[in-house]
Amino acid sequence: MNNNKGKKIAVLSGKGGTGKTLVSVNLAALCPNSTYIDCDVEEPNGHLFFRPEILKEKIITQTRPQIDDNKCNGCKKCVEFCRFNALAYIKKVMVFDDICHSCDGCALVCPQKAITMINEEVGKVHFGKSLDTYVKSGFLKVGKISGSPIISNLLKNIDESNYTFIDCPPGSACAVMESIKDADYCILVSEPTIFGACNLEMVHKLVNVFHKKFGVILNKYTGTNNPSLNYCLKNNIEIIGKIPYSNEIAKLSSVGKIIVRTNSSAKKSFEDILEKVLKKVTK
Amino acid sequence: MKIAIPVNEKNENTAVCPSFGRTYFFMIHDTENGQTSFYDNAANTTAGGAGIKASQSLVNQGVDTVITPRMGNNALDVLNAANIKLLKTIEGTAMQNIKALIAGELVSL
Repeated sequence: MNNNKGKKIAVLSGKGGTGKTLVSVNLAALCPNSTYIDCDVEEPNGHLFFRPEILKEKIITQTRPQIDDNKCNGCKKCVEFCRFNALAYIKKVMVFDDICHSCDGCALVCPQKAITMINEEVGKVHFGKSLDTYVKSGFLKVGKISGSPIISNLLKNIDESNYTFIDCPPGSACAVMESIKDADYCILVSEPTIFGACNLEMVHKLVNVFHKKFGVILNKYTGTNNPSLNYCLKNNIEIIGKIPYSNEIAKLSSVGKIIVRTNSSAKKSFEDILEKVLKKVTK
Repeated sequence: MKIAIPVNEKNENTAVCPSFGRTYFFMIHDTENGQTSFYDNAANTTAGGAGIKASQSLVNQGVDTVITPRMGNNALDVLNAANIKLLKTIEGTAMQNIKALIAGELVSL
């Protein structure tokens, strides 16, 4: 038995468009029977490549306080209790849904029992399969602010018998932290621009805060005149792979093709990266 | 009239603070007795919902008029619900703004 299975590999980058989806989709497609999870719930796109057969759909809800104005006596205990400042009291309790973190605390402290927590739909999760890859994608409902409850649902019940590749949202804020929280290894994808290097620095700091093992992939690699490469050299960061800047990769991606499922010459880069990543994660 | 204005320092010649919810202090001027006071804005250090918290505390203190360069939507909802009069600041110190308001020279936000 290989007890190294069940490891979770998160793919992140400070900046959008650096190649998180390219890397995570291709590694998952290469690694037999693995799972790909698209945590970029604001604009999920991994499914456009995998085109999975949807096996299950789940609606994700979040609780919100509903106030019974007839029972409320205006004591403001709920307003004082809410550490997120999602409530105000002006003649009656005002609820700011976008700020509420669904902690249910207001309902607990209300002496009048005037607050009921109701379920509100915030998005959905799809579970499907594409050849031998399991594909999970989260979709935040248009107009909703926080994808965190959807991400936490996506990361529940992970297949412990195989590898999981987590395609993170861009940036280094709450949604990314939620996505990498339980990861065994983090891949930071960066591109050869000053902006790319600046955002690489942000996620580098983040994975350090979380004490994660990590390595960098230099995507769109054209040579050594590369701010992200310089950042890695300066900070002694391990580079686990380089993906060439290639017209072919761009063309295949633009029509939703998975590179490693084609005869592309770029397939080798991903095979090398996967081999290295699996060694790292099992160390 | 009890007027509130977000300010950087605790004196009448202070500059107006460009932020409403996260201002360090509010200057309160009561036109009934001509008295001016200052208080620390507890919402300044909160992670979120600062505008809501700052607005609630102004309402709790019986403020009926706010002069500010800007404010967010949530703060606006709270102050509107409380029928607080909202006016836009002009260039100058906090006290100059109060005088301009009394002279009827300020426009609504």
